[in-house]
Parts: sequence; structure tokens; C-alpha cells
Amino acid sequence: MTTLPPLTTREDRARAHRHRARRSITISAISTIVVIGGLVAYVLTSPGWPRVRRQFFSASVFGSSFGSVLSGFWLDVRMFLIVEVVVLVFALLIALVRTMRVPVLFPLRMLAIVYVDVFRGVPTILVVYLFGFAVPGLELSGMPTSATTLSGIALALCYSAYVSEVFRAGLESIHPSQAGAALALGLTPTQALRHVIVPQAVRRVLPPLLNDFIALQKDVALVSVVGPQEAFRVAQIFAAQYFNYTPLMAAALLYLSVTIPLTRLVDRMQARNMRERGGLLALGPR
Amino acid sequence: MSPPVLELRGVTKSYGGTDVLRGIDLTVDEHEAIALIGASGSGKSTLLRCIDLLDEIDDGDILLDGEPITVPGLDPVPIRRRLGLVFQAFNLFPHMRVIDNVTLGATRAQSVDRAQARASGLALLERFGLGDRADAYPDNLSGGQQQRVAIARALLTHPRAVLLDEVTSALDPELVGEVLDIIRELKADGMTMIIATHEMEFARDFADRVCFLADGRIVEHGPPEQIFSAPAQPETQRFLARLLARR
Repeated sequence: MTTLPPLTTREDRARAHRHRARRSITISAISTIVVIGGLVAYVLTSPGWPRVRRQFFSASVFGSSFGSVLSGFWLDVRMFLIVEVVVLVFALLIALVRTMRVPVLFPLRMLAIVYVDVFRGVPTILVVYLFGFAVPGLELSGMPTSATTLSGIALALCYSAYVSEVFRAGLESIHPSQAGAALALGLTPTQALRHVIVPQAVRRVLPPLLNDFIALQKDVALVSVVGPQEAFRVAQIFAAQYFNYTPLMAAALLYLSVTIPLTRLVDRMQARNMRERGGLLALGPR
Repeated sequence: MSPPVLELRGVTKSYGGTDVLRGIDLTVDEHEAIALIGASGSGKSTLLRCIDLLDEIDDGDILLDGEPITVPGLDPVPIRRRLGLVFQAFNLFPHMRVIDNVTLGATRAQSVDRAQARASGLALLERFGLGDRADAYPDNLSGGQQQRVAIARALLTHPRAVLLDEVTSALDPELVGEVLDIIRELKADGMTMIIATHEMEFARDFADRVCFLADGRIVEHGPPEQIFSAPAQPETQRFLARLLARR
């Protein structure tokens, strides 16, 4: 029997591969230039652009307001960090109460359901208003009176309701056989939750969790309606003073400076998780 | 004379009106290996889950070392620590490295010192041919490797008896051997075990006693030669004939 000569060689394949790679780079470069360039040209050539540029992108107003907006933003960051930690803990507790079928927890479970229904169904700004104005009006002893603290509590309550549903979805997505395996090892139900169920649930819901935190980071601006001078409020004051909206753009930049890195961080965590678990997402052309 | 390691008396269990176990009597002596055979749905898995107290029985008694463990109100946690259960689908914890899977029971349920648990865990993995996989995650292991890890996990807590639930049924045929080899080793070490299996040849050359389950009852039990060569009950004969016809 004679050996047939190969129809294609390794070099042929490598050449085809290089060709394909070059072509896809070229296509993406051209389409980027066309799309972005087109959009920019569309805005810049609009009749109102010179006026909008003066009103929203004034370098001098930016320079004189940025420092104050930045110090207002420091309040956003602090509130965000504290509220986030409170939400993480509280929401997980609510989710656990709602997931566990223990008779002792029955009244708590009912309470949790009512709480989640109410706080998810009411606009956050309304809750901030109520906490900022109505709660101090009660003159309860031991209740904080600072508008910053009260509006922080309002945010924490609203977001815990949302985040508890994210956690609950995560907890319910873990197959019962995992709990079975943990119990079979002799772990108590609490240990099974702590070491086996909760860690897996949290990992699974990390992206939606972060999504809610990006929303929270922006919604801190809502506390401005009851007084605290955070970035948006400070920007508004400057905008009114200068008859110019550039300070709001400064605030927008500051919000982005936190939310974009957060998003990238989670993307990376996700990718690492995928690699460790041997999963690969391969869609689209090679 | 010491009592049998496990003793089941008239154990019944039903799920939503379906009787899965209808009065199981079984004793397992020290160092004895029992093979449970029977069609899918005959109650093998349920029986093992009931013994490990993952499912509550409806009636009857189960005794471990002569001591009743199915008394209502008894805390199942300390009893489960005295038994090992290995599942058909491995059920490893995917978020933990292999070594942490193996040592979780010892460190958390039995408060063995972490370093000590790690050392004995590594030794056991080494013995099962998995010494180099200790820091891997379960999803990066083959099915046979995962099941060996699961067996190591069940053994590290030094159980009185190991219950194996169709541990090779989810494996590719070429991976079955490596898991069965380990079970043979355990047998040689004198481990008391009950193994639900579809591997008839294995059951035949390995088990001290074979129990044939059908419709939630032990239809026939005895030494493997007798069950496989001269089954007395027509149901056993039919079951074995069907299996033989298939190959």
C-alpha cells in the first residue's frame, strides 16, 4: 500500500490561521473607528454643541468645583462602604431565614417575607425621605438623629431586601446532595451551611451581587434629598452658583472612577473561578 | 459475644405514599462485606440513606453496635460521624481543594487538629494514588479520581462501617476498576461495609454475603456462590437471567 501525500500541511494550516487572525483584527479596528468616529462626529457637528460644551464641559468651572465635589464624594465612599457591609450581613441572614425550613424560625420567616415585599416595592427615595424626616419626628430615645445615619439606614434596608433575594436564589441553586454529603460527614446543619452551602452560593451569585452594589454606589446620591452634602448635592450647589452643569460632570467622573474598577474586578474573579473549575466559555469564531 | 456492627429490624420507609422499604431485616457483623443487588428502584439507595440517618425511617429499628440509633428525638449528628457514606455521584464539594474535601469531616465534625488531619489526609490520598492531586479542585479530576477522593473523605473520620451507594455506576467503564481496587483494599483491611452495586462479578468475588432486594424487601440473601449459581427464589432467577442476557 502506498502512502498518499498529505492534502494539507502544517504550514498551510498555520498560514490560514494567521490570515484569519489578521482579518479579524482588521475588521474590529475598522468597525470601531467607524462606529465611535461616527458617533463623535454626529455630536460634535450638532448645531447646539458649542453651547452644550460651555454648559457641561467648562474647564474653568471644572477646576474650581472639582475639589469640593471630591470632598463630597468622600462621604459617598464612606457611606457606600459601611452600608455595603451592613447589607451583605443582613441580606444573608434574611436569605437564610427564608431558606431554612426550621419550625422555630417560622415567625421570623413571615416577618422576612413581609419586609422583603415592602422594601422592594417602595421607591428608595421615598424610604430615604421617611427615614430622614419622619423617624426624627418620632423623637424616639436611642434613635440616631443625624440625617446621614438615618438615610444610611434607609439605603441599607432597601438594598438588603434586593440582595437577600440574590442570596436566596444562590442558596436554592445548590443541589441538596451537597447538604447530604456534608451531613453524612457528621457536620451539624449549621456547619454544613457555613462550610459547604453558603460559600458555593455566594460564589455563584457574585456577578448579580456586584451589580446591586454598583447600583447602591450610585444610589447613595439619593441621601442628598434629606441634607447630607455628598458629591451630587455639592455638584448641584456649584451648578446653581455658576449657572453651569460642569460640576455634575465632575461628580459623574467620580462615580465612574469607582464603579468601573469594581466591574473589572468581578470580571476577573469570574474568570478565575471558571479556570479553577475547569469551565471554559468558547463562543464566536475561533 | 459482641453485637453485630449494624442490625436492621423491620425497617420500613415510604415517600409520598410509595412504599420504598417494606420491612428490611439485616445484620452486618464486624469485618463483613455485604453486597446489595437489585433493579433500580428496588430500595438500595434508600436503605443506605436511612442507615446513615439522612432519611428518617417510618417503622422498625436500626442498631449500631447494639445501640438503637433510630429512636425519635435522638440527635443524628454524632451517629452519622460513626458511619461513612459514599454516593453514586461523588458529591464532592466543588469549591474546596481535594485535601480540604478529605479533611473537612475530621477537622469540623471531630475537631481533629488541622495539621494532623492534613497529614493523615495526604497519606490516605497517597495510598489511593492521588498524592499529586491534593491541591487540585474536584472538577479537574476524572470521575474515577473523584470517587477515590470521596472514599478517602468517608474514611478519614474512621467510621465503624462504610456504606457505598453504587459508587461505580456514574463512571466510564475503564475507570470502574481503579475504584473497585480500592474497595477490595478496604475489605482486606477488615472494614465493615455495605455496598449497593450493579457490578455482579465484583459482588460475586468480593462480598461475604449478597442480598437481593426487590420492591423494598430482601427477597433472598446468602453467600455469593449460592445467590449467583443457585438462586432459590424465582424473582432472583429472573433478575440474574435478565442481567446475563444483556451482556
